[in-house]
Amino acid sequence: MTNIDHLNPPTGHMADNVVGFARALRAAGIPVGPGAVIDALNALQAIEIGHRADVYATLEAIFVKRHEHMLIFAQAFDLFFRAAEDWKHMLDSVPLPDHAKKKPPPASRRVQEALAQPSMRDEAHEVQEQELRLSVSDKEILQKKDFAQMSAAEIAEVTRAIANMKLPQAELRTRRYQPDAKGLKLDMRRTLRSSLRTGGEIIDIRKLGLIEKPAPIVALLDISGSMSEYTRLFLHFLHAITDARKRVSVFLFGTRLTNVTRALRARDPDEALASCSSSVEDWAGGTRIATSLHSFNKLWGRRVLGQGAIVLLISDGLEREADAKLAFEMDRLHRSCRRLIWLNPLLRYSAFEAKAQGIKMMLPHVDEFRPVHNLSSMEGLIAALSAPPPPHHMSRIRSAA
Amino acid sequence: MSASALPKSVDGMLELLTSRGYLAERSLATVAYLSLRMGRPLFLEGEAGVGKTEIAKVLSAALGRKLIRLQCYEGLDVASAVYEWSSAAQMIAIRLAEAAGDTDREQLSSDIFAERFLIKRPLLQALEPDVAGAPVLLIDELDRADEAFEAYLLEILSDFQVTIPEFGTIKAPQPPIVIITSNRTREIHDALKRRCLYHWVDYPEAERELAIVKSRVPDISAKLSQQVVRFVQALRDQDFYKSPGVAETIDWATALTELDARSLTPQMVGDTLGALLKYQDDIARMQGDTLQKVLKEATSD
Repeated sequence: MTNIDHLNPPTGHMADNVVGFARALRAAGIPVGPGAVIDALNALQAIEIGHRADVYATLEAIFVKRHEHMLIFAQAFDLFFRAAEDWKHMLDSVPLPDHAKKKPPPASRRVQEALAQPSMRDEAHEVQEQELRLSVSDKEILQKKDFAQMSAAEIAEVTRAIANMKLPQAELRTRRYQPDAKGLKLDMRRTLRSSLRTGGEIIDIRKLGLIEKPAPIVALLDISGSMSEYTRLFLHFLHAITDARKRVSVFLFGTRLTNVTRALRARDPDEALASCSSSVEDWAGGTRIATSLHSFNKLWGRRVLGQGAIVLLISDGLEREADAKLAFEMDRLHRSCRRLIWLNPLLRYSAFEAKAQGIKMMLPHVDEFRPVHNLSSMEGLIAALSAPPPPHHMSRIRSAA
Repeated sequence: MSASALPKSVDGMLELLTSRGYLAERSLATVAYLSLRMGRPLFLEGEAGVGKTEIAKVLSAALGRKLIRLQCYEGLDVASAVYEWSSAAQMIAIRLAEAAGDTDREQLSSDIFAERFLIKRPLLQALEPDVAGAPVLLIDELDRADEAFEAYLLEILSDFQVTIPEFGTIKAPQPPIVIITSNRTREIHDALKRRCLYHWVDYPEAERELAIVKSRVPDISAKLSQQVVRFVQALRDQDFYKSPGVAETIDWATALTELDARSLTPQMVGDTLGALLKYQDDIARMQGDTLQKVLKEATSD
């Protein structure tokens, strides 16, 4: 067995090609660090590179760290190394593909807008004017105003208010311990250590208490056409809570389900929303709630609903193909989470009645039914989450209009 | 159990696994071989029951190494994963020192935090030298532990050492062979994955699954084993909450052999479906037409 020289990885064409391949992967969206390239070169020394499948498995094990990236890797590998007819010389003969044509990332809209400002003086004037318009009484109006009827300036104001919202922690006890003077469990290790100061005589007893952690939150947001006036603000809301706490998962659905949790992790709300919308294919299209819930239950339910998750289902429930399937999927979702809260902007109408077939099917399976169409109803939601959760599976319908 | 040498090539690794009845895909053998050569942990993801845990068991048996298993769960902490002090024994030691009139505090504190009072849990055990060579450390279902524990693991897996404040640092003379499995009930952080070789373990193809069934259930008839594998493969095309894994296939084949089945009949399948499908909703969906259709596919020649 030859020894791998970790400090002096091989150089030459093979190294160039592996580096080129890593750059191709990076351009295709797989995060590949320089450490992985050195690993790959070392690994290729350890196997016989005459075997295409082995080289494939080797590079895959090093460059791919997520199941989702496997398909991209497979395509990139085929494209990059397809020219090699004689596999034995594959790593030495393939020319480096050209990756220099990468476009610079487009500047964010705010930067562009900022640069397009006519002059600083005008801008200052405008801001002052806007502040004057939003006096105290206006703020009260803003609280009650429907999101769908707001002007751009009002939306900007609401966005700022949303960014300041603090979601209650809704803490759950875990099964781990931490030092806690009022805890119930004896901390023998720390007690003994402190006893050594007094020659082994135990004078003060140290204790442990259970660690409390915020409950996971899973949001399922309907982005179909009928919801389009609300989705952007809801996304701001979800971005604000994703920023403030761990364990928040966000899914968008119209005709299909998209996981945007990672996209929303970006610090800047504009950047987060932009990467969110680029990952979704069915903005403002139709709704297929049952199908979307089915794929959530099947692919994600067991993965994100553990440890007592609270589910926020944000949808108007207007589904044309409402049938037994919808009730079945709602029931399953309800049974796999701690608390299912349905937020429906249609509840803003005082004369709202659950007449639509889809709404009738979904209602029996939710713990709470609340409106979300203005700032005060959003604040109401936060207050409701701070209260102790209602007994599970009671299916109490509360309509707080 | 006698120690055997590490395989010298991918083919060698394939042979080693096959000799213990584990019929691996070549790609899995490649990454397993590489993880031994490069001394990197092997990170296996995939659906439940595709043989992720099994490979650690097989490797330890085939290489003659000790298998140390750490089963992860939500409340897992340092005391149950790494080490703990035996307080009762320490108290007795203190009382004895007192009775002997020994009042030197420095002496006392170094005495009672000695190695003999240390209770070693799996991760610490895995760092200890062993005559047969470094052990195989299986960290099973890491997705069940919480993120705080994952961060702790990061340190152990990169340096193979543990620092105990009262005692000092314990470093493995030879790093263990580490296998980490995850069912993806949540995503594992990239920082940890970066230190490992990653492999997605998929359901086997029909041919390989047939070979696995034959090697694990030797009493099964050729006809029945073929039907069983076809039936299971057809089930995986259905839209179930939990598709049957290889472990379920083996269970079902064993169950059918125990019942002296010669070939699949609707009655027989209906009675034993619980060995394959573990959700009431899935079983309910398999009644009637779907069952007939899948069964017909599986039993036609």
